[in-house]
Amino acid sequence: MSLAKPDALQITNTQKVAILAGVVGLFIMTLALFNIDFPQKGFFLGLSMGLIGIGTIVYSRAAYLNKLEGIKNDGTWFKSISSRGIWGWIVGLILTGFYIVLYFFPQYLGLAADGGSNTGLISLFDPLSLLLSGRPASQWFVYGTLYTLAILAFGYKFMLKYRHNRYQQLRTISVMFFQLAFAFLIPEFMYVMNNDLPYYDMKSVWPLNYYIFDEWSVKGFISAGNIGLALLIFGILSIFVFTPILTYKYGKRWYCSWVCGCGGLAETVGDPFRQLSSKKLSAWRFERWMIHLVLVFSVVMTTAMVYSYLGYSHNDFWLTRGVFISLVIGFLTLVFIGVLYFKGRELGTDAKYGAIGFFVVIAALLIMHFTGTTDKLFYIKSGTLRSAYGLYIGSIFSGVIGTGFYPILGSRAWCRFGCPMAAILGFQQRLFSKFRITTNGGQCISCGNCSTYCEMGIDVRAYAQKGENIVRSSCVGCGICSAVCPRGVLKLENDTMKGRINPNEILLGNDVDLMKLVNDK
Amino acid sequence: MQHIVIIGNGISGVTLARHIRKLSDYKITIISSETEYFFSRTALMYIYMGHMKFEHTQPYENWFWKKNRIDLKQAYVSEVETESKTLHLANGEKVNYDKLVIATGSKPNKFGWPGQDLKGVMGMYHKQDLENLEVYAPNNKVCKRAVIVGGGLIGIELAEMLSSRSIPVTFLVRESSFWNGVLPEGESGMINRHILSHHIDLRLSTNLKAINANEAEQVKSVVIEETGEEIPCDVVGLTAGVTPNIDFLKSSKIDLGRGVLVNRHLETNIEGVYAIGDCAEQHEAIGNRRPIEAVWYTGRMMGETLAQTLCGNKRAYNPGHWFNSAKFFDIEYQTYGWVHGAKGKPDYEKQFHWIHEDDDKCITIAYHKDTDQFLGINTFGIRMRHETFDRWLTEKRDIHYVMEHLAEANFDPEFYAAYESQIFELFKNRLQLV
Repeated sequence: MSLAKPDALQITNTQKVAILAGVVGLFIMTLALFNIDFPQKGFFLGLSMGLIGIGTIVYSRAAYLNKLEGIKNDGTWFKSISSRGIWGWIVGLILTGFYIVLYFFPQYLGLAADGGSNTGLISLFDPLSLLLSGRPASQWFVYGTLYTLAILAFGYKFMLKYRHNRYQQLRTISVMFFQLAFAFLIPEFMYVMNNDLPYYDMKSVWPLNYYIFDEWSVKGFISAGNIGLALLIFGILSIFVFTPILTYKYGKRWYCSWVCGCGGLAETVGDPFRQLSSKKLSAWRFERWMIHLVLVFSVVMTTAMVYSYLGYSHNDFWLTRGVFISLVIGFLTLVFIGVLYFKGRELGTDAKYGAIGFFVVIAALLIMHFTGTTDKLFYIKSGTLRSAYGLYIGSIFSGVIGTGFYPILGSRAWCRFGCPMAAILGFQQRLFSKFRITTNGGQCISCGNCSTYCEMGIDVRAYAQKGENIVRSSCVGCGICSAVCPRGVLKLENDTMKGRINPNEILLGNDVDLMKLVNDK
Repeated sequence: MQHIVIIGNGISGVTLARHIRKLSDYKITIISSETEYFFSRTALMYIYMGHMKFEHTQPYENWFWKKNRIDLKQAYVSEVETESKTLHLANGEKVNYDKLVIATGSKPNKFGWPGQDLKGVMGMYHKQDLENLEVYAPNNKVCKRAVIVGGGLIGIELAEMLSSRSIPVTFLVRESSFWNGVLPEGESGMINRHILSHHIDLRLSTNLKAINANEAEQVKSVVIEETGEEIPCDVVGLTAGVTPNIDFLKSSKIDLGRGVLVNRHLETNIEGVYAIGDCAEQHEAIGNRRPIEAVWYTGRMMGETLAQTLCGNKRAYNPGHWFNSAKFFDIEYQTYGWVHGAKGKPDYEKQFHWIHEDDDKCITIAYHKDTDQFLGINTFGIRMRHETFDRWLTEKRDIHYVMEHLAEANFDPEFYAAYESQIFELFKNRLQLV
């Protein structure tokens, strides 16, 4: 349509210097990656991270502080990086490449072979790791450090961008805090206190944290004494007690856009890409199948894993295979019957799919129990299921695709299509929560800003223009739809369950009798 | 089967078509020359600003129309022949109808200014206007300055659009303060200051005299009526209101005023021909409303109403309490009920005004001077709940009740600072003074 490229995106000289600083910071890491052996590693690591952090901060200040407070989406679809242009693809490829190396070829990052010492990029991070926990860095330490740095630096940028919006500011402080403290620092300190403890990010709840009930992890907890046992119990309570209560009160946003690390990255680093999520009906259909299949996979996989290291006899431990499988089946049945009884009519045909899914899982578990031998489940080696999950879901889906494809699929591809935790929270949010996005009567002008900037690909406008509240399992409650709405139509709220879902065309300002007629049909 | 033809695929025509489809099996055809598919006109500005692409402004995916058996025809209707129920299209084709609905919306006003048809002079209404703007104002090198003529909602949006690409803007406003035909003084003054804070060269009480051309018949400058000053510019935006887009009906037998004249049932003088939305003109205005309501929401409501009539349940257009909204750069505006600017203010209307010290939030509440009945509210920079005010207006609450319960109507995002107690304090103090 345009003859000349819109020129809305000139950057100032300050911003150019800031970008240069960030690039130099990254360049130091790149040199380390290619095995340049820096003297004074601590200094160069600090310099590199400092340049990246300061560069982002200076750039953001120059971008937002000289403008009045308000929505800052000018030029989003003209910029190559945020509109799937050439820069978008380049960044996507670099990120994807990084994840592939990180998960599958850590030796190229310089991970020490057995007994040796780190080289390359990982060795650059040794001083920081030694300082925090007294052990040399691993590829996961490098990743965790960069991840935290990214959330902090871009979280700051996001807070400047939305400095008129307290909800966005508090939410961002929250994800920055949880990443820095819970994901990064506390596990390191826990290791210092008790080095039997397995790495445990206390905010990462099963099934997102799919390895928490692995044999090595559980053994690690138990062998670490009372503190370990307490942490294990905390992990179990997290999923069965804390999560349902918080989700009932606040919706899944308490986790997905206030606490979660994946969400934290998506909301900060991923913010420039949120508009790239697909809003097509076909994408939504795919999403519903995909995310629930992952959930089923993770439930069966975890059950099988735990099952495989439990014993048969009551003499060893009260939780035998038989007891465990009965508990799992009993719990699933309870949830299933409860949902059908209270919400069956609301769910309609979805209840049928739910029922089919439920019986498949139960049947799978029973077959497993009665055909299982010590190391074979479903006639498949027990570890195979777990390693398949770790590879395809844990690494490829959540990392390579979920984050590497930010500039292509938008910032929440993993959260939307793959995260089993999101599936559980969403299921509850849809059925049993006080959270909803309220639509403001008849004020919607169908402009499409809400839908465009929904990172979860929800067609928010489809609800708003009908005056319908938005109660969707996928909504992470980031609040951006409400922020970008030019007419003040959307409000995230926790209110009573009653009247939360209003599948009617309630457009105020019209003839009251007419609206009754419209809704009768 | 009955064939209903709708001319115009804006919010009115499309709402009508959707509701007819819900209620009946009639054959529906929508004819539009502007675009193939429905889009949200109010969102055009965001395309130029880079917030959205054109496809994002389309509320329904392209498969929607076929699935719902709504035929779309991209063509221009040049003549309507009501005796034979025939439409003549500009491409020579003919279309027959059983019922005809005119929903052709508006077009920008032009008041006979010299040079108003030059290249680089444009309104901001149709998709074609946006394409035009991309040609003449893609950036601040091609367009070194733009002049906007007319201080209404579209004018200020155009100013925001142009300044998003760092194009300097001179904004000529006929009135002594922005939009003060509608807004009370305090609000209008606050918006003036907000416009200036966005580095817009705002000229109040200023009229356009003429637009000058260069040798390529393109805009070169404008001349100001009052001072004779010549302002060099490359683009002129004409945003001095809109007029019903009904020239193609002049040769027909349909009664026209400024718009297509309709009764309360949205019927024209010809049986089986109706008009809705911006282009419809009521013989007599409804309440405080204007005979022609060029507003998104009223277009939608007329579509909802007429669908009932066309599907055998004849209904009058009977809108509820007035409401509207807009955004002036960073400041959102909502209104519920009636609050008048100085010019049109009825004698019985008294107003209570509060403005925040930051000069970016204010409210005005109108009430009856004798009965204290709450008449309406304008709110700037604070979101308020439509449902609550709609109810209070129906219940005929008085201003004291509204002031005491104002917090219930708050619709700002969570954790936002609340101003209700501050507002209430001022209200109490003012009462004591009186």
